[in-house]
Amino acid sequence: METQSTDRLKAVVEDVVKGTAPNALIESRVAHDEVTLLVDKRWIHEIVKAFKEDPRLEFGMLSEVTAIDWLEEAREPRFDVVYNLVSLTQEHRIRLRAPVGEAEEECRIDTITDLWTGASFMEREVFDMFGIRFDGHPDLRRILMPDNWDGHPLRKDFPLGGSTSFYYKQDTDEYAGEPDDLVPRIRVQDSDV
Amino acid sequence: MGDVITAPPSPSVRRVVEHDYPTAEILALNMGPQHPSTHGVLRLMLEIEGETVLSLKPMIGYLHSAKEKLAEHKTYHMFIPYTDRLDYLSPMANNYAFVASVEKLLGIEETERCKWLRTILCELARISSHLLCIGTHAMELGAMTVFLYTFRERETLYDLFEEICGARFTVSYMRVGGVARDYPDGWLDKVKKFIDDFPACHRDYTDLLAMNDIFVGRTRGVGVITAEDAVDHCLTGPMLRGSGVDWDLRKRDPYLVYDQLDFDVPTRAEGDCYARFQCRMQEMLESCKIIEQCLEKMPKDGPINIDNPKVIFPPRERVKQSMEDLIHYFLLASDGIHVPEGEAYRPIEASKGELGFYLVSRGGYKPYRCKIRSPSFVNLQSLSKMSEGALIADVVAIIGSIDLVLGEIDR
Repeated sequence: METQSTDRLKAVVEDVVKGTAPNALIESRVAHDEVTLLVDKRWIHEIVKAFKEDPRLEFGMLSEVTAIDWLEEAREPRFDVVYNLVSLTQEHRIRLRAPVGEAEEECRIDTITDLWTGASFMEREVFDMFGIRFDGHPDLRRILMPDNWDGHPLRKDFPLGGSTSFYYKQDTDEYAGEPDDLVPRIRVQDSDV
Repeated sequence: MGDVITAPPSPSVRRVVEHDYPTAEILALNMGPQHPSTHGVLRLMLEIEGETVLSLKPMIGYLHSAKEKLAEHKTYHMFIPYTDRLDYLSPMANNYAFVASVEKLLGIEETERCKWLRTILCELARISSHLLCIGTHAMELGAMTVFLYTFRERETLYDLFEEICGARFTVSYMRVGGVARDYPDGWLDKVKKFIDDFPACHRDYTDLLAMNDIFVGRTRGVGVITAEDAVDHCLTGPMLRGSGVDWDLRKRDPYLVYDQLDFDVPTRAEGDCYARFQCRMQEMLESCKIIEQCLEKMPKDGPINIDNPKVIFPPRERVKQSMEDLIHYFLLASDGIHVPEGEAYRPIEASKGELGFYLVSRGGYKPYRCKIRSPSFVNLQSLSKMSEGALIADVVAIIGSIDLVLGEIDR
């Protein structure tokens, strides 16, 4: 996609966001020929819906839903939920980022599963990996990790080696706890070189 | 929605039951994760009445290996071998998808010859992946022969991969800014020979499957998904094109040299398992066409890797003579590539659909976040929709037609 069309797309999406929710737009930028919008999470559902239905944009396809943990940036709010939308008719693409806070009551955002059924797995993955809840999701369960897993692995404060490991006594299935001398080296969170 | 074509009503009987009988006896059935037709470790929770599936829930995660987490702790080059193990049937395409995003973030472009070579490799990977899909799909429906036939051709493909990079399966061949090493003399001739021989093999599969009453009977009209539902489920690849939506990133958002090539994107309107099978069959022939054009148009000399020692190792001879190159060599080997701050996403049309790596960098040698958008993970969701009202035996046919690889579903 050429730069010119990217700038035009940026102008149109800004316009649509302002038409939908005047105070929702936090920031918009173009980098590497990709348009990224930062919007307020309170209006995310309305904005995505407007993007899907507006005849100038026609973002008919959801490409992905994911999240970023900005813990190491010490940014407030801590998370970004990222949406990537594609238009099958006009062949353009946009990325929406909605900041989401860390606190229990803040760490949630509206679901878009009513707009695309396919968002279901993607949102479940974000919930599983980051602990962000999607209000209105029909079946918000863990998807990759076991149901009884403790913690959310893709959060930056989750150690690479896992938070617990299991050791069993020899020849029995009795749980032996976690011996101190067997804690994997990678569990120790290094201050990223 | 513009050029989205609505699929006509399914041509044959879709077995839908009235499942609101008060006396109905609903049975919960667990299928997998060790079931031979679930392509690895997919587990399905079925609710059935008699032989009819009332609901289906896929349970995944048995192969979860935290690749996205690992990516945050590895340099960009160290992550390339992990991409092989995503969709392990087309590692070349995965390699390319990853380095394409890194290159976009770095703002560099590969050399002309490298572009053509990468295109050839991506298409060979597509053929290899589709061959396995068709072979296993047929095998699950009881046609053992064609599976062995497709492995005959895959053997040749693996020999080609082995010759170019030393590995047959997990190739790790692409590098940011180029490839691991140039192809050996005579390699292109062998590729040419393969694509010359391929149409005859393709006719074998057509004879064995498209003319096979049992195969056609078990796939036609089974697992129908309409164009609207396909878009609603965010499907990509042959799954979407099998439902009549003409969407292919090679045409719509071209990368590499696809904008200079002449090829068609096969679509079918029916949206059933047979349509997806036919899409894949046609795509393999289109891939041959692409490779043939690549072999003709590809520049025969010129550098294969870019000349940027901050990104890719300088040639060995120069390292021995020049101080700066030695330093760069050392820095690349010990630290890796320094990628500036930013975010980038370069999706490609892999054999199963849209594959892309969404990279977020804060600067430095490691990605801050690496999200793998894998087509199988998203495509899997449509299984519930397609299986409702089908027979248990049809579920096997439907799973085969989605072309699942659990390596990239669980990541």
